[in-house]
Amino acid sequence: MPSVLEVRDLVKHYPRGVRAVDGLSFEVQEGSCFGLLGPNGAGKSTTIEMMEGLLKPTSGQILFRGAPLGGHYRERVGIQFQNTALQEHLTTRENLRFFSALYPKRRPLEELVALCRLEEFLDRDTSKLSGGQRQRLLLAIALVNEPEVLFLDEPTTGLDPQARRNFWDLVQGVKAQGKTIVLTTHYMEEAYLLCDEIAIVDHGKIIARGSPAALLAAHFNDSVLELPTAEADKLHDPAACKPKGDVVEIHTPDINGTIARLLAAGASLAQLRIRQRTLEDLFLELTGRDLRT
Amino acid sequence: MTGSWRRLKAATWARSLEFIRDKSAVGWNVIFPVLLVLGLAYVFSGPGQPMFKVGVLAPAGAALDAKLHPFLATPQVQFYREEPGETALHKVQLQRIDMLADFTVSPGRYWVNEQSPKGKLLEQLLRGAGGDPLQRQTTSGAEVRYVDWVTPGVLGMNMMFSCLFGIGYVIVRYRKNGYLKRLNATPLRAFEFLLAQLLSRLLLIVAVNAAVFVACRLLLDLRMEGSYWNLLLLTTLATFSMIAMGLVVSARISSEELAGGILNVISTPMMVVCGVFFSIDGAPHILQIVAQLLPLTHLINGARAIMLDGAGLQQVMPNLLALAAMSAFYLVLGAAMFKWRQN
Repeated sequence: MPSVLEVRDLVKHYPRGVRAVDGLSFEVQEGSCFGLLGPNGAGKSTTIEMMEGLLKPTSGQILFRGAPLGGHYRERVGIQFQNTALQEHLTTRENLRFFSALYPKRRPLEELVALCRLEEFLDRDTSKLSGGQRQRLLLAIALVNEPEVLFLDEPTTGLDPQARRNFWDLVQGVKAQGKTIVLTTHYMEEAYLLCDEIAIVDHGKIIARGSPAALLAAHFNDSVLELPTAEADKLHDPAACKPKGDVVEIHTPDINGTIARLLAAGASLAQLRIRQRTLEDLFLELTGRDLRT
Repeated sequence: MTGSWRRLKAATWARSLEFIRDKSAVGWNVIFPVLLVLGLAYVFSGPGQPMFKVGVLAPAGAALDAKLHPFLATPQVQFYREEPGETALHKVQLQRIDMLADFTVSPGRYWVNEQSPKGKLLEQLLRGAGGDPLQRQTTSGAEVRYVDWVTPGVLGMNMMFSCLFGIGYVIVRYRKNGYLKRLNATPLRAFEFLLAQLLSRLLLIVAVNAAVFVACRLLLDLRMEGSYWNLLLLTTLATFSMIAMGLVVSARISSEELAGGILNVISTPMMVVCGVFFSIDGAPHILQIVAQLLPLTHLINGARAIMLDGAGLQQVMPNLLALAAMSAFYLVLGAAMFKWRQN
């Protein structure tokens, strides 16, 4: 697959010696969804804003289809920011028409409305939209010019779980149309579900890169059993038990064997939960810190 | 349609729609100046102001005191230095001043308006003051009511507030809430965005104030000697320059409080210096120079010349040229300083 975007040794310094981005290099393949995953302050937004052409790098290079970002780059990409206000007293339809008029290439409004499911609030003042409806409109605005690359900067932050899932459905719909997507998020579930490739960023550096499944397979060969502390203690194996809040996690490559040992020790499995390793576990493993701290 | 024109049209349309649908803002912009003019008409419909005002043509360097002539020490009379020329005499004709005294010739002379009772009273005071007798000259002309004189000032002041605060606050709000950052991610250019803000505000302010002017003309029987088209041209140009001035203020800042402070610092002195409520004839020379650098002065002076004296394009051309120069200067400066996002 040819790469649409190529980032080489990207560096961004802010005054007072802050190194927000510290030498990132990666490529984004045509038609793929590339995720920048990391905690707040990791440098994700700074990186994506440089890729969007809105922020100048201190050093390094960003190439779009093999050439530096040129004057018409903004006509060829679509951007959804984390927080964006819109003009007051304008309806969803009027906002779409306005943004549409700013581009030479325009996608028919009916298509956008259907793709982003805007029918029910098309003539509603945007100040009266819910958080989820608003994000759907902002996604439609990011798509008005039929962009070659769609940038989504933490698009579901602040949404309730249902609105977040609805939004993921929409992004999967966009992805199915072959669009290249660059996404930043600190939700590992979002990255796991939507991204073909991720780069885990911390302190402005990439600490792991690859497809979510390949990264997890490379770092873990076990699963996680969660039990109440009192039940896990019956195993008498403190090395295997890792306290996490009110429960204890047991990391094991042999689920059947561990369950058999727990039963033999007389532990109740009524509250047992078994889960696979996640990207959040991976971040913890790599940095020693929780992703959301 | 070229891309630039299409973007400009779309941005102007969107901003105009936003303003028109903001009922409280529109209501305030229309009702406030009408109330103000009606209030002033009521307040100034009674007896005139007690103070006499006398313009004095004096030799360079000579102080306006009793040494020049004992009349200049008369209490309750404001004497101020006037520049030679037709304008000074015209003020007597319009009864904007009660007398013009000339000590640059020998013997000295003075002008009064034969239709002005205050002029006649001043003549009595002059005779009683002693000193060298002055030659009497007369002129005539109907008195300009204060309401005729002050209305252009009040409407101009209202326009200034609409221009400065209307544009300044809106852009600062757009920057603060990230809307400008979103626009920056589109092909819209800074100059197109600013021009769109300017045009939408310009159309609305000129339309609203034209309606208010018509209402005042009907309600107060305002004096209108000149051409409505000339007045419209002057008003449009002045509105353009004052909005462009607001663009400069809002070009970089992200705090509404700071914007409010700066706009107050600009608008309050303009209200005083530009002669909204009172003539600045006789004010210190430096103040008059400062006034010439402000667009509101050229709007008010030009509008008064058109409305009260029937001035044509040629007479108000200095005002028009000054406004055009200020418009270009502020617009270019605003676009050069403009920032899409907060620091």
